[in-house]
Amino acid sequence: MAEPATQASSHVGDDIIIEMAGVNKWYGDFHVLKNIDLTVYKGERIVICGPSGSGKSTLIRCINRLEEHQRGDIVVDGVTLGNDVRQVDQVRREVGMVFQHFNLFPHLSVLDNLTLAPIWVRKMPKREAEEIAMHYLTRVKIPEQAAKYPGQLSGGQQQRVAIARSLCMNPKIMLFDEPTSALDPEMIKEVLDVMVELAESGMTMLVVTHEMGFANKVADRVIFMDYGEIVEQNVPSEFFSNPKSERTKLFLSQILNH
Amino acid sequence: MSQEHATESAMARPPVTQVGAVRWLRENLFSGWLNTTLTLLTIYILYVALPPLLDWVIFNAAISGTDRDNCTYAGACWVFVKVRFWQFMYGFYPEPERWRVNVVFIIGILGVASLLTSRVPTKAKLIVGVCMLTIFPVFAVVMFGGGVFGLEYIETSQWGGLFLTLTVASAAMVGSFPLGMVLAIGRRSKLPVVKTFCVCFIEFFRGVPLITILFMASVMVPLFLPEGLTLDKLARAIIGITIFNSAYMAEVIRGGLQSIPKGQYEAAHALGLSYWQGMGLIILPQALKAVIPGLVNTFIGLFKDTTLIYIIGIFDLLGMVQASFRDTKWLGLAFEGYAFIMLVFWIFCYSMSKYSQYLERKLNTGHKS
Repeated sequence: MAEPATQASSHVGDDIIIEMAGVNKWYGDFHVLKNIDLTVYKGERIVICGPSGSGKSTLIRCINRLEEHQRGDIVVDGVTLGNDVRQVDQVRREVGMVFQHFNLFPHLSVLDNLTLAPIWVRKMPKREAEEIAMHYLTRVKIPEQAAKYPGQLSGGQQQRVAIARSLCMNPKIMLFDEPTSALDPEMIKEVLDVMVELAESGMTMLVVTHEMGFANKVADRVIFMDYGEIVEQNVPSEFFSNPKSERTKLFLSQILNH
Repeated sequence: MSQEHATESAMARPPVTQVGAVRWLRENLFSGWLNTTLTLLTIYILYVALPPLLDWVIFNAAISGTDRDNCTYAGACWVFVKVRFWQFMYGFYPEPERWRVNVVFIIGILGVASLLTSRVPTKAKLIVGVCMLTIFPVFAVVMFGGGVFGLEYIETSQWGGLFLTLTVASAAMVGSFPLGMVLAIGRRSKLPVVKTFCVCFIEFFRGVPLITILFMASVMVPLFLPEGLTLDKLARAIIGITIFNSAYMAEVIRGGLQSIPKGQYEAAHALGLSYWQGMGLIILPQALKAVIPGLVNTFIGLFKDTTLIYIIGIFDLLGMVQASFRDTKWLGLAFEGYAFIMLVFWIFCYSMSKYSQYLERKLNTGHKS
C-alpha cells in the first residue's frame, strides 16, 4: 500500500493523532478487520467508504474502543488503547462520536443532553456548560430547540443536536458513523452543511459515509474498504477519477450510478 | 368564494348528529345485539346485588353508640370498628405515648410529600431525600422504641395495628428498591462471580414462599446468630420481606434495563462517562421509567404481603383486627373487621396506583426509542 498523498493540504499538520498498526479483529470466526495500518494527521479529514459489512464502522468504533481489537496497536493522541479503563476513558474524552441513529438521551432535554458530559466528565460548572451548549446549538442552527426533548425534533435536528453534544466536550477528533443514513433525503443537506462547516474549522474528522459529494468537497483522503481491508486510499480527485483497483471501480460505479 | 369558505369551516367541526349523550349511549352501550344484551345483563345484576349491599353497608348499619347492644342484625355493626378504631391504628402501644408515633408519621408524610410533588426544587428534594434515608429511620426507631432521652421504653411486641403495617411496608419498600436495582444490574454484569451470586439470590428468594422466609426469620435465624447478638423479631421480619421483594423488584428492573437500546450505552461511553455514571444518569432513569407499572405492582404486592407477619405473632393491622374477634363481647363481627381492613388497604394501594399514573404522564417525553 502506497503512502497516500495527504500532505498537500495546508491545514494538515505533521503531528500524528491516530496511529493504527497491524490491527485485527474477529467476531467469533468472522475476520472483520485484517491488518489495518492507518495514520491520521492532525486536522485531516478522512472519508471511509465501502460496501456494507466491509468493516468501516468497526474500524472507527475501534478508535474510541466501542469495539475491542484483538491484535495490533491503536494509539490515539499518544494514548495506547488496551484493557486499562482509565486510558480508554481518557481517549473517549477527546474523541467525539456521531451515530447513525443519533442516540440522543430521550429522557433529557436537548440542553441537558449537551451539558451532561461536560458537567459529569469535565466537572464543569453548570452555568459554563450551558453557555457552551448554547454556543454549539447556535452553530448547528437550532438554539431555539434547547428546552425541547429529542422526541419532539425531526431526524435532521436530532442529528445536529448529536453533533453539538459531541462538540461540547471540545474533542480533538470527531468520528461519524454513517451520520446521514437514517435521515430522510430532505434532511441530509442540513446535517452535511454542519459537517462541512466543522471540517472548515480544522477539526480532525473520520467519516464513514456514502455521500460522495461530501467526500469530494471536504475530504483530504478517501479510503475504500472491502472485506475488512483497506483496498485503496487517495486524495478525492484521484480516487474518483482514477481508481486503481477493480473492486473500487465496481463500488464507485454502483453508488454513483444508482 | 364565500360559499367555498363556508363549506371549509363546516368541515372543521364534526356534524351535530355525531355528538351528545344519546349518541354516546348508542355507540357504547347499545351498538349491537351482543353489546345490548351485556348492557341489560349488567343493569340487572346491579339491580339485584346493589340494594342489599348498600343496605348492609349503609342504610341498615349501626354506627352510633359504644356497645354491642347498639348493633342491629339487619346490617353491619360499625360500632365495633369505631370502638376498636384506635387499637387498630396503634396496636398495644400505650395510649399516653402514642404522640410519639404521630410525630414520626407527620414528619414522614411531610417528607415523602415534598419528594413526590414537583413544586419543591430539586436541590431541596436532594437534602430532604438524604435526610429521609439517613436521619429519619434512626429518629423513627428512637421515637417508637424509646429507652433514651427520657422516653419510656416500649417493646416491639407492643407495636401494632396500621402503624406497624405502614412501618414494615415503608422500611421494606425503601430497602428492597435499591437492593433490587443492584441485583438487576449485577445479573447483567460481565463479571461471572457477581452475575452468579445475583442469579442465585434472585432465583432462590423468588422461588420460595414468603411465609417460609418469615418462619425462618422468626425461628431459625436466632439459632444461627452468634452468641450475644440478638436481632429483634420485627427487624428480622422486615429484613425477610425486604429480601423477598428485592428479588421481584430485580426482575422488574432487569426487564427495564433490557428495553434500553444498545445505542444509549454506546453514546454514554463515547462521551467519556464511566460505567456507573452511564448507569445512573442514562440507563437507570430510562429503565425505571419504562417499568413504573411493574414497580408499582410489586410495591402494592409488598404492601399487602406485610399482613403475613401476623402468622409469626406480630400484630399488624390484620393481626389486631383478628385478635379483636376473640373478644367475647364482640363475637361474630368478622365481616365488619375484614371489610374495614379491605377499605384501609384499598385506600393506600389505590393512592399508589394513582400516583404512578401521574408519574408516567409527567415523565413522558414523547419519545419511544
